[in-house]
Amino acid sequence: MTQPASEAPPPPAVTPPAAKSARPALGLRADVRNLSLLGVLAVLVAVGGITRPDTFLDTSNLQLVLTQASVIGVVTVGMTFVITSGGIDLSVGAIVALASVWATTLATQEYGFAGVLFTAIVVGVACGLVNGLLIAYGGMVPFIATLAMLASARGLALQITDGRTQIVTVQPVLDLGVPDSYLLGLPPLVLVFAAVTVLGWLLLNRTTFGRRTVAVGGNAEAARLAGIDVRRQRLHLYLLSGLCCGIAAFLLVVLSGSGQNTNGNLYELDAIAAAIIGGTLLSGGRGTIVGSVLGVLVFTTITNIFALNNLESAVQQIAKGAIIVAAVLVQRGTLRDGEA
Amino acid sequence: MPEIPATSRRGLLFGTAAVSAGALLTACTSNEPKNAGTATGNAPAADATPGAPVTIGFAGPQADHGWLAAINANARQRAGKYADVTLEITEGSNDTAAQIGQIQTLINKKVDVLVILPADGKALTQVGLQAMKAGIPVVNLDRVFASPQAYRCWIGGDNYGMGLNAGRFIGEQLKDKPDAKVVELAGMDNLELTKQRTQGFDDALRNYPNIRKVARQAAEFTVESGQAKMAQLLQAQKQFDALWNHDDDQGVGALRAVQQAGRDDFLMVGGAGAKSAMDAIKAGNGVLKATVLYPPTMAASAIDLARALGQGMGVGGMAELEIPASVTLYSAVVTKDNVDQYLPTGFN
Repeated sequence: MTQPASEAPPPPAVTPPAAKSARPALGLRADVRNLSLLGVLAVLVAVGGITRPDTFLDTSNLQLVLTQASVIGVVTVGMTFVITSGGIDLSVGAIVALASVWATTLATQEYGFAGVLFTAIVVGVACGLVNGLLIAYGGMVPFIATLAMLASARGLALQITDGRTQIVTVQPVLDLGVPDSYLLGLPPLVLVFAAVTVLGWLLLNRTTFGRRTVAVGGNAEAARLAGIDVRRQRLHLYLLSGLCCGIAAFLLVVLSGSGQNTNGNLYELDAIAAAIIGGTLLSGGRGTIVGSVLGVLVFTTITNIFALNNLESAVQQIAKGAIIVAAVLVQRGTLRDGEA
Repeated sequence: MPEIPATSRRGLLFGTAAVSAGALLTACTSNEPKNAGTATGNAPAADATPGAPVTIGFAGPQADHGWLAAINANARQRAGKYADVTLEITEGSNDTAAQIGQIQTLINKKVDVLVILPADGKALTQVGLQAMKAGIPVVNLDRVFASPQAYRCWIGGDNYGMGLNAGRFIGEQLKDKPDAKVVELAGMDNLELTKQRTQGFDDALRNYPNIRKVARQAAEFTVESGQAKMAQLLQAQKQFDALWNHDDDQGVGALRAVQQAGRDDFLMVGGAGAKSAMDAIKAGNGVLKATVLYPPTMAASAIDLARALGQGMGVGGMAELEIPASVTLYSAVVTKDNVDQYLPTGFN
C-alpha cells in the first residue's frame, strides 16, 4: 500500500491498524507486509540473542550488521524504484564494481577524497544514463539492456584493474570507515544509508516523481494518456539506480579500503530479492522503500547469526534458502488473514 | 628485462647471468634441486645457451585476480628471456568451450610444446589427450588434468602443503601457550583446493594438543568477502591467538576488518604471496606475521620445462636424461626474517 497519500484511494479492507492510520504521524505506512517482515526480523533477533547471548546484541555487533547492510541497502533503494516502475536493473553489481575500480584507480594516483567520491558517483550515473537511454529511447527491454551493461561494465572493470586489487592510500577515505569517525555510535556508512532511505521514501511517497513511477509501473499506456512523459520518467529511474550504485561503490571503497573487479558480485540478485521480499511487486505498480530496507536487514541479520554460530557455508546456503521461503510464506499468510 | 640480442657476446653473458639469477630465484621458491651448480655428469641439461628453436603455446584462464595476472606475466617474461623460444599465447578464458577451442587452434598451428593452465582441469582433459596424441607434449600447469595420459609433465602448487606449513608455523609460535585458540578464514568452499588447504592445516594442528581451532568461515577470495567474513569472525571470537587466512587478496579485506575492529591481539598468517602482504610482513607493525607461498613463478618454471622438453633436455642439477613427470612446488613460509628474499616474487 504505497500509493501516494494525496491520491489516497479508499484502502481495501486491510487490517485495522493499517486502515486506521492511513497516514501515521511519522509517515511510515504501517503496511501489513512491513509488520510481518518486522516480525521475521524480531524472530531473527531473538534467535541471535539466544544462540549468542554474549555477542549478538553488543553495540559493536549491531553496528556491524547495519554497516554491512549499508552498501547493498543503498543499491536496493534504487532497485526498488526501478522495479516499482515495472523495470529491472541487472547491472547494479557490475556498476558498483566499475565505479569502485575507477574511483580507486584515481585514488591510487592521489586525487584525494573528493576525487574518489566524485568519480564513483559520476561513473554510476553515467552507467545509469546509458541504461536509461537504451531502455527509454532505444526501446530495449530492461532485462536485455541491463544484462548488456552487466557484461560490459564487469569487463571494463577487469580491463582497468587487470585483475589486480587496487589498495586505497587516500587517508581521509580510509578514516571514514574506522570507529574514530562514528557519530553518536553510528558509522558514517550507516548514516548515508539512513539518509538515502529517508530521501528514497520521500521521493516515492511524497512527490510527483514517486506518483509517476507507480503510475508507469501500474499501466504505462494509461500513464502516457494521463500526460506523463513515460520515456523521460524511465530515463530518470535508471539514472537514479545508477546514482545509488555510485554511492554504494564509494561506501564499499570506504568499507574495504580497496577496489576490485569482483566487487558487488551478485548484488543484482540480493537487491531484487530484498525488494521483492519487502513487498515491491516484480510486475510493477507497487513499491515500498521501508519493506526493501527491512528485506536487506533480514538478509544481513541472517548472515550475521550464521557467522556468529560458525555454521559451515553449505549449511548457511541451505538455511538461507529455507528462511527466504519462510519469510515469504509468513507474509502471504499475514496478508491473506488481513485481506480476507 | 631488456631485450637481449642473441648475437652479441656481452648480451649473451648478461642473458646467462639474468637467467641464472632467475633460476636461483626459482630454486628458492620451489623444490626444484637447489644444487644447480653441481654438475652431475652425463645428462644434457637445459641452460641459457640458445639451442634449437622452440615454439611454446600457452593457454590459461582469464586473469581475473592478482595471482592469475602474475601467472601470465611470469610466463611472458620467462619466454622473453630465451632467444630460442617463441611464445604463442591465447586470450585467457574461464569458459571451458572457449579454452578448448583456443588449445585446438594451438594444436593446429603445430606448436612444439603446450603449456596449459586449465580453467577446469577435469573438463579440459580431453583436449590435453588430443594434443598428446598429435605428438605435442603438454606441460600441465597447476590445475591438474583428470588423466596422466593428458600431459607429459605436471607442475603446480601444493595446497595441502600450504595448510600444513601455515599450521606448523602457527603451532610453533603458540606451542608454549596453554589452551591456545586459532581461527580459519578459508577460501571458496566449493573448490577442492580449499578443502586441501584446510585438511593440511588441521593435520598440522594435531601435533599441538594445546591448540584448538574454534571457528572457520569461508570467504570467496575477494577483498569484499574477506572484509565481510572477517568482521563477523572478529565479532564471534572476542579472543583468539592466531588466524590462518587462505588467500592474500581476501586478506586485504580481512586486514581492513581487523583494523576497523581495532584488534591486534593475535598473529595472522596469509596465503599465496601477494606483494601487499609481503610489504605488511616486512613493516611488521600489524597482525600479519607470515604468508605461505603458492608462487606464480611456477609459470616461469613451466616455460623452462617446456623449453627443455622441446629441446630434448633434462633439468640442470639432476642426473635424469628427461624432465620429471611431476614437480610439486614447496609452500615456503615468508616471515620478516626472509621476506627480502621473496619480495621480488610478490604479485600485485
